Amino acid sequence: MTCLPGYTEKKLGLVIDLDTCVGCQACVTACKGWNDQGYGVPLSDQDAYGADPSGTFLNRVHSYEVQPDDGAAQIINFPRSCLHCEDAPCVTVCPTGASYKRIEDGIVLVNESACIGCGLCAWACPYGARELDAEAGVMKKCTLCVDRIYNDTLPEEDREPACVRTCPTGARHFGDLGDPDSEVSRLVAARDGFALMPELRTRPVNRYLPPRRKDAREDASLLAPLLDLQAQGFAGWLDRMLGKMG
Amino acid sequence: MNPAPSVIIFTVLSGLGFGFLAWLCSGIATPDGLHGLLVFALGYGLAVGGLVASTFHLGQPMRAWRAFTQWRSSWLSREAWVSVAALLAAAPVALGALAGREPGLWGLVAAALCLGTVLCTAMIYAQLATVPRWHHPLVPVTFVLFALAGGAILLPLPGVAAVLSAGLAAVLAIGFRIGDGRFAGAGSTLATATGLGRIGAPRVFEQPHTGGNYLTREMIHVVGRRHAARLRSIAVAGVALPALILPLLPPVAGVALALCAHLAGAFAARWLFFAEAEHVVGLYYGRRPLPEKG
Repeated sequence: MTCLPGYTEKKLGLVIDLDTCVGCQACVTACKGWNDQGYGVPLSDQDAYGADPSGTFLNRVHSYEVQPDDGAAQIINFPRSCLHCEDAPCVTVCPTGASYKRIEDGIVLVNESACIGCGLCAWACPYGARELDAEAGVMKKCTLCVDRIYNDTLPEEDREPACVRTCPTGARHFGDLGDPDSEVSRLVAARDGFALMPELRTRPVNRYLPPRRKDAREDASLLAPLLDLQAQGFAGWLDRMLGKMG
Repeated sequence: MNPAPSVIIFTVLSGLGFGFLAWLCSGIATPDGLHGLLVFALGYGLAVGGLVASTFHLGQPMRAWRAFTQWRSSWLSREAWVSVAALLAAAPVALGALAGREPGLWGLVAAALCLGTVLCTAMIYAQLATVPRWHHPLVPVTFVLFALAGGAILLPLPGVAAVLSAGLAAVLAIGFRIGDGRFAGAGSTLATATGLGRIGAPRVFEQPHTGGNYLTREMIHVVGRRHAARLRSIAVAGVALPALILPLLPPVAGVALALCAHLAGAFAARWLFFAEAEHVVGLYYGRRPLPEKG
């Protein structure tokens, strides 16, 4: 059913630390790799080795330059994927019920066998989280690796989304954002985590942690008082004489 | 947004067809006998032809029947229901016309359903807050006016069609002007899209991929905006011309010419409706809203 459930028992989601993300694209590769064999049809590529390659991805990493009022510009790497919104517009526009939000954990999923590939959900999403697979003709999106996080056959440390598991800098965190005492919720509270495009009132679950303030460069050396040397003796006489000649 | 031909043909033809059927069912000028039945068949042909064209842009057209299930939340699903209800409701009116019977109250119900279909089509676009140009009450008003004006030209109801055409041209021109300020007015920028506005002014440093993808092809589509101003003039002039042609020219030539002008305007307007619409996801890729026209 494409009516939103109104409440969910958990709000599973990601917290992405823009301070530590180095833009290595490992999460993009891990996501593509896992979802080539996991939930639903594989993420296809078109003309992968040709002149105009294109493909379906559930996660893309942008790079932005931000110019603060004072100081140097900063480069910020910005992973973008489904935010598993509480008021997900992609769910309510779906004419077939293929798009839905789960009551038990809040994950927004697509039932691919009911998807007609009309593309309206992708139009309704402000974040570009959904891509229609050109090969299968059905909508693909982040599943929060629903086939990993509950998978008892995997070792416990692997029961988290592939992007989180693979991130070499620990910039991605996974957990229940509906529980104020969870690790991710405490992280969001401590670091002033924010939601994207709040003006569109989609109420995203995922949060982004802002880059920390950069240290300001010290212009004066700590050794400055010691560097003000006065030449003595013959060197002093020479220094004074040369100064007068100038 | 990508101006896909199937969606443009669908919205123009089915809009005209349902507008025509609405007038036929209203009882204002219902032709009777075999001629009446053929006129109804033309309305059905346009409406159904448009609906069939709409399935060409689906990734899985064989599952289209599933679109009937989510009428409680989805305008696309409501459109499916209302369109079928309208086509079924108009059938007894068409058969009644063959026997020379007036449409009566049932005809008004059928007419309302026909216009309801056009309204649902428009709401599929107008509901999207992600495309600020579409997210405005004038969008459904324009779609319904297109249907009413086109239907009145076909019927023909020259006087009514002339008034509606003039009104449609005015609404279209106002809609273009209002639409230009909608993206900036909605308040979404790269700063709100990334949340980085708290540090300073962000700009794109490097794109996430060098090739195109579904998002860039479907929603971040930039095409033909160089000719936008000229096409807008063609659209407004096309839909306005019937207001001059119908009172001046003799019936058959007048209706034919008015219909051609109306359709030329309708196709130009609908192409611009998609080509000029900007999706907020373009912000992530550094696309800025179109500069506001003075």
